[in-house]
Amino acid sequence: MTAMLDIKDLRAYYGQVQALHGMEFHLSEGSMTTLLGANGAGKTTTLRAICNMVRSTGTIQFEGRPLTGKSTENIVRLGIAHVPQGRGTFTTMTVEENLQLGAISRKDTKAISSDIERMYDHFPVLKQRHTQQAGTLSGGEQQMLAVARALMLRPRLMLLDEPSFGLAPLVVRDLFKILGKINREDKVSILVVEQNAQLALEIADKAYVIETGRIVMSGTASEIASNEAVRKSYLGY
Amino acid sequence: MELFINQVLAGIATGAIYACMALAIVMIFQAIDHLNFAQGEMAMFSTFIAWQLMQWGVPYWWAFLLTLAISFVAGIVIERLLFKPLAKAPILTNVAGFIALYAIINSVAGLIWDFTIKQFPSPFGSSPFLGSQLISTHQAGMIGVTIALLIALFFFFRFTRIGLAMRAAATLPESARLVGINTSWMIALGWGMASAIGAIAGILIAPVVFLEPNMMLGILLYGFAAAVLGGLTSPLGAVIGGFLVGVFENLVGTYIPGVGNELKLPIALALIVIVLVVKPTGLMGHTVVKRV
Repeated sequence: MTAMLDIKDLRAYYGQVQALHGMEFHLSEGSMTTLLGANGAGKTTTLRAICNMVRSTGTIQFEGRPLTGKSTENIVRLGIAHVPQGRGTFTTMTVEENLQLGAISRKDTKAISSDIERMYDHFPVLKQRHTQQAGTLSGGEQQMLAVARALMLRPRLMLLDEPSFGLAPLVVRDLFKILGKINREDKVSILVVEQNAQLALEIADKAYVIETGRIVMSGTASEIASNEAVRKSYLGY
Repeated sequence: MELFINQVLAGIATGAIYACMALAIVMIFQAIDHLNFAQGEMAMFSTFIAWQLMQWGVPYWWAFLLTLAISFVAGIVIERLLFKPLAKAPILTNVAGFIALYAIINSVAGLIWDFTIKQFPSPFGSSPFLGSQLISTHQAGMIGVTIALLIALFFFFRFTRIGLAMRAAATLPESARLVGINTSWMIALGWGMASAIGAIAGILIAPVVFLEPNMMLGILLYGFAAAVLGGLTSPLGAVIGGFLVGVFENLVGTYIPGVGNELKLPIALALIVIVLVVKPTGLMGHTVVKRV
């Protein structure tokens, strides 16, 4: 099976500072892959580089097509949804408008309203609040809205940046359960960046460990989880 | 009492024009975080285009619509050629760009049509509106056209997908790109619409102030006052600010001795200063929080 996302020699820069030093990894179709690592290891930068939101060199191929030189919006339109750190919620708009925005690049306008209903099935709390301004939602609700908004694109690949950030443990469990369901039922491949390594390893198939902008370890999630040395030095539990 | 009602209605009529200018200013400000000092000159040039079309025998309303279309395209062209390349430039560079645009449009208009005052027709006439001496048909027409425009804009931004995309691009450009919106073209579209709205303001006010290259200078200052009063981040606030400034200006000019017509304009400037000191976000604006 060829890789859905194939990244080679990825280097990224913030001004003069180099944040990624030749990252190489791939993600196979239908999988749920997690990138683990400490603060500042380059997890967020990797996701931002995929969507061309940070200056980078190297090759990134999505379904065999190179993404180099494409604008963020055109990369998204290929079917890559990105839930950024901090969620990127349009706080002054209603929940429903946020969902509409997720599907703004789609041409099949008829299917959009049925997709919105599907999101309300996944996340019933959003249905209760669909006319509310998104800024009035709690953190957990906003994270669910961010995931739902990303799914409205009908993506084939979803990039999630720290979905558990700032959420209560119970809410995080719920969220990850739903992510697993989306991965299996809707056939959305997922690349998730997490600091909560334990949880991420529970639901992911494959894991990469990053340190200062390089991959230092890779394997199936269970291999990484059971490797004592990796756990102690990189995952901190 | 009659004088008071008369002045309030006249204020609402000119306020409608200030509201249009303020709305145009706010639309561009929301998109690129800069004040378009050339908004008035763009509107003036559009008005000259309408006048020229009518000189060539085009009927009023056709000239009106054609001018809106030309202004819309011209707004997009100006953004693509001048301000897209300046998008990441420092603020002073942008200010210089706007002043250059102001000077260029003003001089070119003077070159083509010279600086003599021209009559501009009104499709509404200037007879008393509904037999009442309080307001003329042209003033009623100004109010009517502006309200129709505002309702159309409201529906556009509230209920169309492209309106939704434009709002998203203006509030959170990065998130907008992440749902696949081409934010750069949304900015261009905003310029086109602001330019067309300015054209409406120019065409409506031209029968009152007469057509000449400097006709919009005062109007633009009132537009700025209205935008600042209502809040530069709120289109609705800008519109309300426009009507308030129009009424305020007329009442002060009528009732405070010594103000008259000559001192009306400094009042607009004083209003800007007072609002900026007392409530910098304006009546309906909100503080823009930027995370760094």
